Amino acid sequence: MQIKPILSALRRHKAGTFLIAAQIALTLAIVCNALFIIQQRVAHLSEPSGIDEANIFVIKSEWVGAPAPDQADAQMREDLQVLRQLPGVQNVTPSNSYPLRGDGWDDAIRLKPDQVQDSSGATIYFADENFLDTLDLKLIAGRNFRAEEIGHMDLRYKLAPPVVIITKALAEKLFPGETAVGKTIYLIGGPATVIGEVELLQAQSVEHWASEFAYRSVIIPERLNVSLGAFYIVRARPGQLETAMPAAVKALFAHNPRRVINEDDGVLSFSDVRSRAYESDRGMAILMGVICAVLLAVTAAGIVGLTSFWVGQRRKQIGVRRALGATRRDILNYFMTENLLISVGGVLFGAVLAIAINLWMVTRFEMHHLSMVYLMAGVAMLLLLGQGAVLAPALRASRVPPVEATRSV
Amino acid sequence: MFGYYLDLALRSLGRNKVLTALMVLAIAVGIGASMTTLTVVHLLSGDPLPGRSQAIFYPQVDADPKNKDSSEPLDMLDYRSALDLWSAKRADRQVMLVQSQVRLNTADAGKPAVMMPMLSATADFFSMFNVPFRYGGPWSEQDDASRARVAVITDDLNQKLFAGENSVGRVLRLRNSDVRIVGVLKPWRPSPQFYAVRGGRFAAGDTSDFYAKPEDVITPFFTGLDVNDGNFQQFTCWQMPPHPGHLQDSPCVWVAFWVQINDANRVAAYRRFVADYAAQQQAIGRFTHSGNTRMRSLMGWLDFNGVLPSNVRLQAWLAVAFLAICLVNMIGLLLAKFLRRSGEIGLRRALGASRAAVFAQYMVESGLIGLIGGVCGWLLTMAGLWFIRQQPVAYADLARLDVPMFLLTFVAAIGASLLAGALPAVRACRVVPAWQLKSL
Repeated sequence: MQIKPILSALRRHKAGTFLIAAQIALTLAIVCNALFIIQQRVAHLSEPSGIDEANIFVIKSEWVGAPAPDQADAQMREDLQVLRQLPGVQNVTPSNSYPLRGDGWDDAIRLKPDQVQDSSGATIYFADENFLDTLDLKLIAGRNFRAEEIGHMDLRYKLAPPVVIITKALAEKLFPGETAVGKTIYLIGGPATVIGEVELLQAQSVEHWASEFAYRSVIIPERLNVSLGAFYIVRARPGQLETAMPAAVKALFAHNPRRVINEDDGVLSFSDVRSRAYESDRGMAILMGVICAVLLAVTAAGIVGLTSFWVGQRRKQIGVRRALGATRRDILNYFMTENLLISVGGVLFGAVLAIAINLWMVTRFEMHHLSMVYLMAGVAMLLLLGQGAVLAPALRASRVPPVEATRSV
Repeated sequence: MFGYYLDLALRSLGRNKVLTALMVLAIAVGIGASMTTLTVVHLLSGDPLPGRSQAIFYPQVDADPKNKDSSEPLDMLDYRSALDLWSAKRADRQVMLVQSQVRLNTADAGKPAVMMPMLSATADFFSMFNVPFRYGGPWSEQDDASRARVAVITDDLNQKLFAGENSVGRVLRLRNSDVRIVGVLKPWRPSPQFYAVRGGRFAAGDTSDFYAKPEDVITPFFTGLDVNDGNFQQFTCWQMPPHPGHLQDSPCVWVAFWVQINDANRVAAYRRFVADYAAQQQAIGRFTHSGNTRMRSLMGWLDFNGVLPSNVRLQAWLAVAFLAICLVNMIGLLLAKFLRRSGEIGLRRALGASRAAVFAQYMVESGLIGLIGGVCGWLLTMAGLWFIRQQPVAYADLARLDVPMFLLTFVAAIGASLLAGALPAVRACRVVPAWQLKSL
């Protein structure tokens, strides 16, 4: 393929060449970054929670009046009994929060009582002996709480349980390379002995500020009684989630009507919880996807338009070449190569621009550095797009008959 | 001449419908995307109190013993400091306010109780923030002092509970207390909910909750503290509070304090008053330091908190880049379109049309494309804003096109297409007539 005649022809069409290259460069820069944002959001929203999401739902029950802590605890235990007796319910546990809830109790963990700098942040989950089974957490070391270890407290007491279970992520952070079971950690209220380690349990918040301790959780063997009420995390028997949810609310009200369970968010299946937690991430990913698609379409249309114009302008020259013995394939190759040259120029410039935009976004929008894989993918995509877009006008050019050379000279 | 050019432009656009449609689409999509996001930016970054905001200030002192003079003071005030500054009445108006979640039982049985946010503020709240009333009015300063069991409700709640009737004098049951409604607001939707903005610097750009609707129930400050005692949330504490939920005399900050100072010359005096107060508190040993007091204006405070969500900013930047690509695209298409008619241009030039006339003709054509693109872009903007209203974000209900943005849509569309048309039109008017005529 002769590049030289193509280059000298392009020199006659500086404006058009520059416009196509500029458009490809800009599109590459935006599409790379948009794809990268999509990937980050999607990766974020597919992080596992570590629990049996398909069968879990959560009831938020608030007490009417302000029952004293002991009374609230008695009512809570009755509620748990009521829920456990339902046919569709496999297990139930009370807690102050649950993964992806977005709100809850985060605390600092230290390894010595007089330590100034915290060793880690962690999400605090209050639990009873059924917590592990209800959430289907995998115990990888140590043991579960025993029923007699479960206490109850309200917010006035210090958080100082004798024993706790922690997640593997927290264990690795606090005691790298060692087993955490049997060790002592310091919560805000005092020391606690680690008796067990679970594989995976996500924090209650998936926001940016909590990303540092996303999987570092501490499970506390206490029922937390606040006058406001509590969450009951319920694991339905497989396939019975739909029927168990309304049945649970009905049974709770039948047992004790002095409570508030909000209509819109009082009972949430875990899939509702998940979609609520990641609403903005999903919205952003969809928006970026739409923008990418429209951008690529606009760019392709622009290439088709300009190349068609060039083909129209050069009909006579094409006819001359054909008359002098060029095959259809030569003509096709000419336009394809021309586009490839422009596209390569465009993507080179676009790659630099993409990196520049990414660096700017890193400083402004808490973004990560662009991975080269995305840049390469973007480059390949735009080169293919260019070749695809130019195909139709180039085919039309190749069909220009040699007789065109003789017309209206 | 303009009419003639318009006629030429219409004929030219009709001649190649696909190319015209492509160009209109490029402008429309670019304008639609950027106007949708810019409208959101415009609505979210406006002045929530036009004409008044420059007189509103947010004084801060720092009771946290762990902080130093070099650190930024905490975002809210402790109860003691707020009460002292408020009681001094040194500004034209001053208001203390605090938000909490309260259980609302309606008087008529049968409806279940609901949890809802409540605002408790001192009486100046309504006059200071220009809050409009439909029925009744605010409570008095005596009601503040006597902890009167009264409340003001929003139009929304009035519609929900009383079908929009004048409900002044009716009774609400907040937790275990009855409060009498003394006023019903007109629809009131400040953007953002500026009086409750704080902690934005810790939000990592995720600030859309600052655009929530105002609380449906507003009670006098001290009444609220009594009625909902035990249910108050601290902004932060430097020690474990002895009675969680009851924060008077706790080592916590949880009260917002705003002042209105009408005379710009007295702002410095109030600043000094706040600094003196902090120094005096340090002297009596309640503060460990007093050098980091602040008094930002309302807009300064919103800026400091970075209220515009970073997702919105990111989308706006993307949309503008998108428009730029659409414009580059349109320049290319226009260039192709204009130069294809080089023969025609040569003929017009040979018959005596000046370069300026040719240039004007093609600019009219570009402008016409911009106008059609603007109409389509406006429709796309409406669709985009509708889409945002369906999103689960606190500011969703705000996303509507106002008159300035409506006009801007067309100005931007026509301006952008004239800009895009300039280069192709210059190239067109440089066509050499003789060459073209020869090849006709």
